Amino acid sequence: MGPRPFFESLMKIRPFRIALVVVTSLIPLALLAILIFLARYSWPALTFNGWHFLAGHTWSLGNLYADPIKQRGVLAPIGADYGILVFIVGTLLTSAFALAIAIPISLGVAVFLAEGLRSRLRTPLSFVVELLAAVPSVVYGLWGYAVLTPLVAHTIGPGLRATLGFLPFFSGPIGSGYGLLAASIVLALMVVPIIAATVRDALAQVPSETKEAAYALGATHFEVVRRAMLPTVRGNIIGACILGLGRALGETMAVLMVSGGALNYFPGNIYSPVTTMASFIVSQLDSAMQDPTGMAVRSLAEIALILFIISVITNIIARLLTGTSRNASPV
Amino acid sequence: MPHPFKLSRIARRKWLSGLGWTLAAASFVLVAAPLLDILYTVIHKGMSALSLTLFTKVTNGISGGLLNAITGTLVLVFGALVFAAPVGILAGIYLSEFGRGRFGRVVRFLDDVLAGVPSIVLGYFSYVTLVIGMGWQFSVLAGSLTLAIMVVPYVARFTEISFLQVPNSLREAGYALGFRELTVITRVALPLALPGIMTGVLFAIAISLGETAPLIYTAGWSNFLWNGKLIHEPIGYLTYVIWSFINQPYRSAHALAFAAAFLVILMVLLINVGLSVMLRRARPMRPGQR
Repeated sequence: MGPRPFFESLMKIRPFRIALVVVTSLIPLALLAILIFLARYSWPALTFNGWHFLAGHTWSLGNLYADPIKQRGVLAPIGADYGILVFIVGTLLTSAFALAIAIPISLGVAVFLAEGLRSRLRTPLSFVVELLAAVPSVVYGLWGYAVLTPLVAHTIGPGLRATLGFLPFFSGPIGSGYGLLAASIVLALMVVPIIAATVRDALAQVPSETKEAAYALGATHFEVVRRAMLPTVRGNIIGACILGLGRALGETMAVLMVSGGALNYFPGNIYSPVTTMASFIVSQLDSAMQDPTGMAVRSLAEIALILFIISVITNIIARLLTGTSRNASPV
Repeated sequence: MPHPFKLSRIARRKWLSGLGWTLAAASFVLVAAPLLDILYTVIHKGMSALSLTLFTKVTNGISGGLLNAITGTLVLVFGALVFAAPVGILAGIYLSEFGRGRFGRVVRFLDDVLAGVPSIVLGYFSYVTLVIGMGWQFSVLAGSLTLAIMVVPYVARFTEISFLQVPNSLREAGYALGFRELTVITRVALPLALPGIMTGVLFAIAISLGETAPLIYTAGWSNFLWNGKLIHEPIGYLTYVIWSFINQPYRSAHALAFAAAFLVILMVLLINVGLSVMLRRARPMRPGQR
């Protein structure tokens, strides 16, 4: 195969490149397909539920044994009422508490791994954070079930009530251990590796001039980290936190296994059972299938659609803040 | 004698710095301890539930073995790779070799977005389109495709990065010898990028092995061994056992759940140890190094 004549190579259709473009397009097409098919499938639910979907706080399948009637132009069981405010609140509260726990700890871990260790120890200890990210969510749930919820009921919960009990949301009955607090702790453990790894990589790329300038002003090592390095990577920190938020909002199995599953009531305190949007989809599809009109299954699709849109928005914001994600680590 | 005010100020700064390092180390301990406890709990309780019947018998209600779940997990993960590996690798090649234009930038961005979509949303999407829409019911194909959509972004990203690490001088040398584009990519760049691609595939395997949410309503569950049918036939998998059996009030169910968790964690651990060794070896790749 010798060099090809100039004009031939200019006019040539390149099958290899075309094939690559076609296959590569599958990635944006997958996102588009998720949006279109979830929207199309949940469309009757969107018209039936309206804005009440987001504002209502009862989820009731209605009378599945009576003949369904036509309401708002679509067929649905009598008394069917789909409101997901309770699950929205549950999602926001678990994610908020998880981030409140995870952010300071992640920053500490990132600083410790990036600056606080000899290089010989850095690799094995960083592996701990990598493993934390690798543990499957259902195994977190299993551990939450077997270890964490008893711990919350007997040690962490009473301890928290004794120290922060003067705050309204931290007082009151502790219950079984399943609930908002346990879910937030498990979520925090799953979010820490995301934030810590991103911030650690960003800290490693802070230019040495920045550090040396701070040292030259007489700063101690920790002051260099605190006053010179962390402010430099502020954008990455915020982006990483939003990335972590996206993970927490969509996490399903671990939350499902430790949250206690509250239906139709708001959490009274941090120890109350909660349900998140993601875990509700898994826990309810079986019973939703009993609805002969299919409206319940379509309403669950509406939840999935909302989760999809939320996750896309949080990810776009996070990626814009951290810049392109492909600098140091591929994960 | 130094100025007393200055001395105390320096002492205070040193003390605060010491406190800062202590808090940083403490936060590391705070995440390392749960990880160790997770590993200890799963390994300890899983080992005591291990027996030969796990590998020889299928699940019978809430007791019996895990043969159906073990083989089912392997089938689903393999199925996911069949779709995700070619698509991810080709997309990664495109992004690294031709992806500097607008289309490349958009795909790279959306690749990250797709990686951030919650797995339950992917599962429900497949439920709506494949299980109901195409009428496949709970099946190997629906489950594998869902896992594939989930891991494709990672395979593409790992592939892109490993191709980007191949020095351009080698490509130019290939072109100078008169190779075509395809030859340069497959014969010059691919061999050097292969370890990185394998890392991505291994990573995808580790993720697929541990997933539950996207499979519950696409793969279903079955007490029987897979009969080879791609659609209309549900299949068992290990993570389902963990999630579902731990909620049963029986000792045998709990034992199976922990045994399944042990097997999953064992595979994930092995892959991750392999990954970290490979990443360390593959990363510093300089011109002239093979």
